[in-house]
Amino acid sequence: MTVTSIRKDPDSLSMTITAEFDATPERVWQLWADPRQLERWWGPPEYPATITAHDLRPGGRVSYHMTGPRGDQPRGLWDVVEVNPPHTLFFEDLYADDDGNPNLDLPPSTARVTIEDIGDGRTQMSIDSRFPSLEAMEQILAFGMEEGLKAAVGQIDVILAETATAEGAAS
Amino acid sequence: MQAVFDFDRVFAALADATRRDIVRRAIAGEEGIAELAGHYPMSFAAVQKHVAILERAGLVGKERVGRRKVVRTQLAGLHIAQRLLDEYESLWRGRIERMTALIDDTKET
Repeated sequence: MTVTSIRKDPDSLSMTITAEFDATPERVWQLWADPRQLERWWGPPEYPATITAHDLRPGGRVSYHMTGPRGDQPRGLWDVVEVNPPHTLFFEDLYADDDGNPNLDLPPSTARVTIEDIGDGRTQMSIDSRFPSLEAMEQILAFGMEEGLKAAVGQIDVILAETATAEGAAS
Repeated sequence: MQAVFDFDRVFAALADATRRDIVRRAIAGEEGIAELAGHYPMSFAAVQKHVAILERAGLVGKERVGRRKVVRTQLAGLHIAQRLLDEYESLWRGRIERMTALIDDTKET
């Protein structure tokens, strides 16, 4: 089992997943730093990713599209904030329109990747993802799925808030 | 609750203002369909239909209280953030599996 821990916090809309690999930090870093390797794992098998630009420097951008079973090609990009090879990478995860420009209708989610040597030729990698809203989260999951999840999610935030108040009042 | 969470169904159910209001009122679990219908300018049958849609989405259930049947919100059905995080987890588990396979591949060659 390579995933060693998972922490999900519905209140702060964040998730940290940690995995171990039988490889050096440099090897694990290549999974991110080499676009040909990145495209082999980023998209699910039914939505393979194609990386069209890959500038892994602070202020740089990684652009990609995925190709769905019906030929649909959703586009996405990362705005790279921090890079310290082979140990840390921090980026904003965005959607792009057909021209490859960021779609800023929704605030971006962020991902922090941490890669550490844990001895015996093994490496631990953790990804800490944070979402600005339920809606943004739902969008990420709808991205690269054949049946997009339809959103009325902003309204769910309201109901949840009211539910919390009602639960508080009831107890 | 259904075993598999159906986002489309939940979001479609919550896309309607009357149904959201029913979900809010039914948190208390004190009213039956007839009482709920009293809050809206629509027929009993129309409210019954809204409740049925919410029920199919796993957002409300009917419970027997004495001789009455009340509609109660299934709070678990509203815990969308948890469900979305579960989906996101499986997305990343898939990615990590593919990363592992890729590392194994390059070792053999």
